Amino acid sequence: MKLYFKYAAMNLKSQMQYKFTFITGVVSRIALSFTSVLSVLFMFTRFNEVEGFTLSQALLCFSVVSMAFSLTEVFARGFDIMPRMLGNGEFDRCLVRPRGMIFQVLASHMEFARLSIFVSAVAVLCYAVPNSGVVWTWDKIITLILMIVCGAVVFFGLFIIYAAFSFFTVEGLEFMNVLTHGGKEFGRYPFVIYGDGVLRFLTYVVPMALFQYYPLLYLLGRERSKLYMFMPLFALLFILPSYGFFRLGLRYYKSTGS
Amino acid sequence: MRPYVSLFRIRFINGLQYRAAALAGLSTQFAWGFMNILAFSAFYRANPAAFPMAFPHLVSYIWIQQAFLALFAPWGTGGKAVETIVNGNISYDLVRPMDLYNRWFIETIGDRVSRAALRCVPILLVAFILPEPFRMTLPPDMRQFALFLVSVPLSMCVVTVFMMLDTIFTFYTMSRYNAIFIFTAEFLAGGILPIPFFPEPFRTIAELLPFGSMQNVPLRIYSGDLAGMDALKAIALQAFWLAAMLLLGKLLMKHSLKRVIAQGG
Repeated sequence: MKLYFKYAAMNLKSQMQYKFTFITGVVSRIALSFTSVLSVLFMFTRFNEVEGFTLSQALLCFSVVSMAFSLTEVFARGFDIMPRMLGNGEFDRCLVRPRGMIFQVLASHMEFARLSIFVSAVAVLCYAVPNSGVVWTWDKIITLILMIVCGAVVFFGLFIIYAAFSFFTVEGLEFMNVLTHGGKEFGRYPFVIYGDGVLRFLTYVVPMALFQYYPLLYLLGRERSKLYMFMPLFALLFILPSYGFFRLGLRYYKSTGS
Repeated sequence: MRPYVSLFRIRFINGLQYRAAALAGLSTQFAWGFMNILAFSAFYRANPAAFPMAFPHLVSYIWIQQAFLALFAPWGTGGKAVETIVNGNISYDLVRPMDLYNRWFIETIGDRVSRAALRCVPILLVAFILPEPFRMTLPPDMRQFALFLVSVPLSMCVVTVFMMLDTIFTFYTMSRYNAIFIFTAEFLAGGILPIPFFPEPFRTIAELLPFGSMQNVPLRIYSGDLAGMDALKAIALQAFWLAAMLLLGKLLMKHSLKRVIAQGG
């Protein structure tokens, strides 16, 4: 753990050397979140509600998904750029070091400018929390935290799968973007609005609805069963097949040479 | 003119080599299109009267957007140009007897056209045979289709000259990422939400800005959402923004080249 913090400090210091790049990075990501929020805002000023959800309730979804995604993007950046690590031999250097692979990939790349998405999502959350009509009791607060943390784990699982695929192909795989960036993009509305098929897929295959839609129902008091509150915990199971796939990829990995 | 034609051909043929990548990208674009249509149809069910476009018009808008993503997306000059400015290789380009602005412009167009050529056919084919709510429709008449064909290259050029400004900016900032250009252009051009969905006065403002002359015009002309005099006016505005930003870009380029410092050695 100590080593991890050392790596983190190193990453932070090196990124602070290029202050201008850091600031433009922060500004452009805030612009990105801002345009996303604006699109939700525009839709709801026109339609007021969708499938019985109001603006603040959709913004609750937006902020939970953005926070989860940005945590993963900041701290698991190494998996996101795995094709590059394989291509330039950086990964091969990791293989000869006496530490776990997952740990090294996690520790070697963190991108703190991306934390700005998290910060803007917190701002959105601050707006949504008082207006969403949720009665905030302790169990509701725990549910919200579970949603964010477990969401980050699901996105982390997706990043691992993406990295594992690149062991076989060396190239990045564009279709994984539908799940990672797409999940973040489309998670700005409760997943139920995309219809039964999509909801089923996001429940049983890639469990994004487990940390977004179902616990939201509990927050809003539409479902009283505690099962819905702990739904995000089931999503954690997703990490197992992802990790297994990563191990498999690692076993078949041949260096790119050079 | 000859060197530009061959530059275009080089880039075009070069781009056609990436057929496997294009195929892999198709699945992403289909998924993106479907999810968008599903989201919009949920809002349509919530309140059909508040919907600012006919639903089939919106469906065509989304599929053409996916099919011709490479033509209209606010992407830069392919990264190469920015790279040469930052690493100093620009000095080689500057000694060549060819206008740098024109060269970057034509190379970008070549990239865009080849990428779109690879991707548009399968997307459009499938979009035309999909079941009902997802199916794309033909344009209402030949006149509308002709206007669409005029407006497509115009809007591609408007996006390109706008993104050229972003590249030229690199001379001043020496930073690789001026991503703020991309995000504003993406949103205000109707890349996330079609401009008719903007509430007033944002809608009118967005339509008058250069961003409104990007994908907004051809995508809406195709389905007939933008027709008659309105369509002609929109095309005239496109031509205006193209000329204005082309001029601005050339002037800025001249200014920046006077004071350019080649990086590296």
